[in-house]
Amino acid sequence: MITDMNKSVKKHSLIFLITIFLFTLLVTFLSEPFGINFISTSFVKVLGKTLCLCIAAIAMDVVWGYCGILSLGHFAFFGLGGYMIGMWLMYERTSIIVLNSLDDSQLPFTEIELQEAIGNQIFGVVGGTEIPLIWTFADNLYFQIIFVILIPGLIAFIFGWLAFRSRVTGVYLSILTQAMTLALSLYLFQNDSGLRGNNGLSGLQNIPHLENLSQSTISILFLWLSSIGLIFSFVIFNYIIQSKFGSVITAIRDNETRLRFFGYNVEIYKLFIFVITAIITGLAGAIYYPQAGIINPAEIAPIASIYLAVWVAIGGRGKLYGAILGAASVSLLSSWFTGGNAPNIPLGFFTIEWVNWWTVFLGIGFVAITIFSKGGLIGMLNTLLVKIK
Amino acid sequence: MKYLLIILFSLLNFNSAFSEENFDNFLFKNSKLIINSSSKTVGTFLEKINVYDQNTVSRFLNLWKNKKLFYIKETKKIVLISKFDNKTYYAIDIFSNAKIGKKKKKDFKKIKPNSGVRAKIATALVNFQIFSNDKNKRINSINALEKKILPEHLELLRKAFLLEEDDRLKIKIKKLLQFAILQHGTDDKEKIKVLNELKTNTSIEVRAVLSKLLRTSEIKVTRNIEDLNNLNIAQIIKPEVISKKQFGEVIKSFFYKEKLKLSVIDAYKIAQKNGFLDKRVSLNELKLILENNIVDNKILGIDIKEFNKNSKRIEVYNKLAKIKNLNIYRDETELLNDLKQLHFYKIYIEKNKYITNKTKQVLDSINFKVKFYKYLDLFIDGLSLSSIYFLGAIGLAITFGVMRVINMAHGEFIMMGAYTGYVVQSYITNHTLSLIIAFPLAFIITFIAGVIMERLVIKHLYKNPLDTLLATFGISIALQQLAKNIFGTQARPLTSPSWLDGSLIINDDLSISYIRIAIFVLGVLFFLILLFVMKKTRFGLETRSVTQNPVMASNMGVNTEKINMLTFGFGSGIAGVAGVAIGLFSKVTSELGSEYIVQSFMTVVVGGVGSIWGTLAGASLIGFLQKFIEWFNPSNTLAAQTYMIIFIILFIQFRPRGLIALKGRAANDN
Repeated sequence: MITDMNKSVKKHSLIFLITIFLFTLLVTFLSEPFGINFISTSFVKVLGKTLCLCIAAIAMDVVWGYCGILSLGHFAFFGLGGYMIGMWLMYERTSIIVLNSLDDSQLPFTEIELQEAIGNQIFGVVGGTEIPLIWTFADNLYFQIIFVILIPGLIAFIFGWLAFRSRVTGVYLSILTQAMTLALSLYLFQNDSGLRGNNGLSGLQNIPHLENLSQSTISILFLWLSSIGLIFSFVIFNYIIQSKFGSVITAIRDNETRLRFFGYNVEIYKLFIFVITAIITGLAGAIYYPQAGIINPAEIAPIASIYLAVWVAIGGRGKLYGAILGAASVSLLSSWFTGGNAPNIPLGFFTIEWVNWWTVFLGIGFVAITIFSKGGLIGMLNTLLVKIK
Repeated sequence: MKYLLIILFSLLNFNSAFSEENFDNFLFKNSKLIINSSSKTVGTFLEKINVYDQNTVSRFLNLWKNKKLFYIKETKKIVLISKFDNKTYYAIDIFSNAKIGKKKKKDFKKIKPNSGVRAKIATALVNFQIFSNDKNKRINSINALEKKILPEHLELLRKAFLLEEDDRLKIKIKKLLQFAILQHGTDDKEKIKVLNELKTNTSIEVRAVLSKLLRTSEIKVTRNIEDLNNLNIAQIIKPEVISKKQFGEVIKSFFYKEKLKLSVIDAYKIAQKNGFLDKRVSLNELKLILENNIVDNKILGIDIKEFNKNSKRIEVYNKLAKIKNLNIYRDETELLNDLKQLHFYKIYIEKNKYITNKTKQVLDSINFKVKFYKYLDLFIDGLSLSSIYFLGAIGLAITFGVMRVINMAHGEFIMMGAYTGYVVQSYITNHTLSLIIAFPLAFIITFIAGVIMERLVIKHLYKNPLDTLLATFGISIALQQLAKNIFGTQARPLTSPSWLDGSLIINDDLSISYIRIAIFVLGVLFFLILLFVMKKTRFGLETRSVTQNPVMASNMGVNTEKINMLTFGFGSGIAGVAGVAIGLFSKVTSELGSEYIVQSFMTVVVGGVGSIWGTLAGASLIGFLQKFIEWFNPSNTLAAQTYMIIFIILFIQFRPRGLIALKGRAANDN
């Protein structure tokens, strides 16, 4: 029985992976660099970003749908990943620009002069010239990539260790995670946080050392990166869930106390899931923000993390592809409706303008799904399929 | 001496017997002086007019100062003019206001005193006004003096103090006299007497005057330490190596934000300016000199590519300096050696050491009192912030605290209450009346909204708190967008009645705005009402029984469904009323609620879920803590909030059930 289920899950996963791969391939062929230009560069970027959001969504699904921890702070890790890679992108690009201006001066820059010029460029907006200590390794891509993993992982570890150790569970944990992301965004909003305050990091779409490539090519590169990231994280999470470890975390969701009586060290399991999902979310953020071009503290306001949970709930929690479906459909639809592209519906006495009313309907629809269909869209699809059969 | 003369004159002629006519004659004789006045010549003129009748003279001076005077070109007679027709004007006598002739427009010319002259006139006017029989004029002149006291006012004030009969004005004049003595007096004993009198006065004015006494000179330098013996030294300054980087120059640093003293480089500059040391070559100048000596991409045969280090630049420059006979570069430690033979110091502008010491002593004792008021102010700040947090969280204390329902739309109920206030106010213009209507109306509206929400959504989700969280979040975003669609995105005003404007001023350091007091009173009122409802009424009893054990409560005949519905409605209604109050001091926007939601939840969690006392404790802790953290760095409220949240996160680790934890069966949640 279980092996049967495993087989069907494996089949589903394989189908999913192939779909993602084919989708990416299709978009690539229809995009600008291949001359067809059916899909605009900006839309390729939207798709790439959506794939990154899907990564965050499956991480959220694992931590919430499987392990039962409703974290309302996972988008903080997403933003942190973005900040870490953004530091390198911004520093490297600025230093290239500064070095190019070398032609004006006859003597080569000393280290201090170079640092000052870069610091002036980057921190001029917040009234500083000194490069803060946290930027020490910003000139090194490999270090910053390590930070993309390390910083969200470390914060998740400290936070999770503290919270799980004192057995903060349920809604208390949700509120606490929300407090965490609020604290982080408030901190980053300060001008002397060392990360440019509410200006955030900008110009991230210009990748240093790839100046020769056009934005359309870069967008395709990142689309592939996002898609590989999604496949990679899907495989990892799928593996975790299918293993015995996965059964334990599902058991934690269903009855934590009983599992504790069985002798399992529940905290370790929860901590592991919390940290690994934070890391993957951070990586997703690191791929997302070079496509978005700008990151600022507003991105990690508590509401972003709640939306992440909303996507997962709408798609269907407890199913990885459910989370992906939810994230992709809701975020794409949201940008379509609020972007003013959707046609307005005239009702005679009143015209429904989607720009204004989309959020209202999203909210109501979300309430309806929470009450009537716990399985989300995927759940509905499944019941529909069963009925047809 | 000049001023003494003025005073002598004015003393002698205080009730001047000279008539207007005499003054008229005097003006006529001196009209050239008035017409071509300059700040140099006007002084002597102003000295002379002291002997005439004060009212007349001050009227004349006022007219002159305000550029109202004209003169007839022919006769140089000074007059006022009034229009007859476009080309002709009446000439009017300055004093009698009688028309004394009609002349063509071009025959008149305006007298335009320049700003220097006007300033002198103003000073002279004080002289006349402060002794005026008209009390209003005296008040005016005193008010003018409060802005700036000049040295010549000192004796004037002395006399005015003796002559003034009105008690309140006398007190004011006495204060001004004290300030004048401190600033411009020459008698040191008198100054010390005044300092003793001011010991107990904590007003900002006094502090300003006292700190003026302690003004210091800019940094001075001398080679001979004995020079300092006869001076009133404020501070002796030692130059310090401040920059952390090699070769100095960079003084700013990420961790080094406190006020810098005197860096070696600044000290050297001062010494150089005073001619004690030779000019020093800075790194920038060094670079320029090197650049000017580049030959074929080489300096002294060294490729310029190697000049990417300061050490290399300095090395080559010093070689170059020897060849070209320039000053060689000296780094900070060498500079420090040069500076060792010099002494940097600041002196007080006030020369008498005893006075500066006494001033410092008085200022210290004043500051000690001021500090007390500052702490009191901090306490009141904390109290009012706590009341705001309490207001925001009070509805949650019921819906979340008692019913354990996570209502993310709680903030939107606050917003609904605030908008109710706004709508009521747009129909009823009387602010007091509109508030009296808005409070119960907000309660009713949000009560109904709460009941509807409970019936439609929450009822289905009691067993699953996490799902309630998400469902109510859906409602929250829908309501927020709805409010945006109805009221627009701009902030709507909810104006408090005029009797809540202004503040209770206790002294210069302590004032409490009435709105803060009102919020505090409201918070207390809410607390008492809630406590009464929960502890003393049937409804409260049933609510508590349902939340503690729904099955048992139902067995005892409590209609649990109805109680749940009413309790949720009650909590929402309270949120609505709080919303009206919050709207009074913050702008009413659709995002009003979301600003409070996270803090409100934290307030309830920190305080202890399930207890109204807990919410009070939580709000107090968070409010006072935030103000306390802000106190360390007042300019940065964001940082204070950040640290406060981190504190809360840590706090929950050690007291997961909050400050006031329920014990026994009631504590069995999850």
